[in-house]
Amino acid sequence: PKRNISQIRNKQKRADAFIKMRKEQKKERIKLRKQRQQMREQLGKDAPPIEPAKTIDNRREKEDTMVLPDDVEVQLDEEDDEMASYFQRKTTPKILITTSDRPRSRTTRFLKELSEGLPNSHVFYRRALAIKNIIPQCLAKGFTDLVVVNEDRKTPNGILLCHLPDGPTAHFKISNVKLRKEIKNSAGPSEYQPEIILNNFGTRLGHTIGRMFASLFPHSPDFIGREVVTFHNQRDFIFYRHHRYIFRNEKRVGLQEIGPRFTMKLRSLQKGTFDSKFGEYEWIHKRHEMDTSRRRFHL
Amino acid sequence: MQHDDVLWDVIGNTNYCSYKIKARTSKTQRFCKNENNVTGLCNRNSCPLSNSQYATIREEKGVCYLYMKTIERAAFPARMWEKVKLSRNYEKALQQIDEHLVYWPYFLRHKCKQRYTKIFQYLIRIRKLTLKRQKKLVPISKKVDRREAKREQKAMIAAQLDTAIEKELLTRLKQGTYGDIYNFPATAFDRAMEQEEIESESETESVDEQESEVDTPDEVEFVEEFEESDASDIEVNIAGYLGVIGRKLCDETMVGGESPEESSEDEVEPVKRKRAKVQIEYEHEHAAPPRERIK
Repeated sequence: PKRNISQIRNKQKRADAFIKMRKEQKKERIKLRKQRQQMREQLGKDAPPIEPAKTIDNRREKEDTMVLPDDVEVQLDEEDDEMASYFQRKTTPKILITTSDRPRSRTTRFLKELSEGLPNSHVFYRRALAIKNIIPQCLAKGFTDLVVVNEDRKTPNGILLCHLPDGPTAHFKISNVKLRKEIKNSAGPSEYQPEIILNNFGTRLGHTIGRMFASLFPHSPDFIGREVVTFHNQRDFIFYRHHRYIFRNEKRVGLQEIGPRFTMKLRSLQKGTFDSKFGEYEWIHKRHEMDTSRRRFHL
Repeated sequence: MQHDDVLWDVIGNTNYCSYKIKARTSKTQRFCKNENNVTGLCNRNSCPLSNSQYATIREEKGVCYLYMKTIERAAFPARMWEKVKLSRNYEKALQQIDEHLVYWPYFLRHKCKQRYTKIFQYLIRIRKLTLKRQKKLVPISKKVDRREAKREQKAMIAAQLDTAIEKELLTRLKQGTYGDIYNFPATAFDRAMEQEEIESESETESVDEQESEVDTPDEVEFVEEFEESDASDIEVNIAGYLGVIGRKLCDETMVGGESPEESSEDEVEPVKRKRAKVQIEYEHEHAAPPRERIK
């Protein structure tokens, strides 16, 4: 009878036994793989198809709020949410971008590059104003979105995205910020309005976030500018990329990055505009409750 | 009996006093941590224990009081201190101090005023700071941070961003989002279109019929029916990107779809053949407006 390795008392012997076990397992795997290969060669065309690799993405835990393409309830909900006026083409986006107090040079450069990717966006120095005081001024001047970049240790580490006048407020952690200078073979921006790609925003929460991103960009992009901004969601990480593309032929596309690039992770979604004291949160990332499985994702 | 000099001899100078603190930086300087001390220094003048006539200012929950003790009440510790509430108005409070300490030594009067000024200023500062927005410090667990960084790396590899973007752009090209900006040899493009035609043959029929309707507007009943079906077509198309393809238009011209706003501007002649070899070039003025900075 096989003895359970974890019951061996001596550490040295336990380690040796473990290494031996792993070797045997590996041998077994190789043997099985060879058998399968032989089978496939023998059968030729009749061989069973190769099973797709198991990934975290295709074994994702089932999310109840996944939106189906023809979900009437969701469609109706989205027709009268806070972003609806944009999608009904009643408002055109106008964005105010600012930072936390006293930004360092890297953050200001990031702001500048971000504003070049967002059409009709204006960068302002914070002047130690409270966000609560900024919002009414924004409303008076007809801004539809407020973006506040937070800075820690001289580099941007958070983004607060507040849709105005009464739209939701999302707080993201941002990481891996790369400015245009730090990207190899990067190109300069142009004045054309980019088109936008939103990938994998499947759940109800993801839809809301995706709509918030979509409402930052103008309705009719300039296709001759050949610029594209991508928000790609993979395992709850949202990758922001800004590219210039060219169709080499009908099957091949060339991409050149414009930058900046960064990754966002949703921390909280708040109903209404920014209110840290009495705000009602729609969703907060709670690590101990939510991150119990590696295969559970919320966006 | 109260004997100030005796008391000072016992606790003052080099002798022991439980309120006395040595300064680290200097050998001679001594501080006093008695709450009633008006200066905070340990010396004969400002010692609250060895002075039978003494005055000080104390702050209780944002309100300042003038405390005075005299030799007459020395026998009654419970009633030793006379407590006077000072006004919130700075000048009035100074006047109050002056009035209450009229015949007192100048040193105490002056030190009381100084202490009152100091307290008054820090109260203002407290009020200002509490009203101002405050930064919220959030603890960052290094372990979790590292874990998230690793997962992010893996997610980025799994995302295959460039491939995903290229794929999306190509599907848009096939759908005809870009209109007639690109004119590739129409092999792959046409194949995609043919497939769609097979799927929606019934729809194209309806379109053809609608064209004929335009010629003969007399048949009123027909028009109503097919207008409805047409509307549903457009809805299906909108489900794509910004509703840019017009299948109807593709069938008519084969030059490529156009966005609905543009198609309304340009008058496209309806060509009924499926494979028209005519290519129409459009010129658009797409000059983007220069961006301004509002100050």
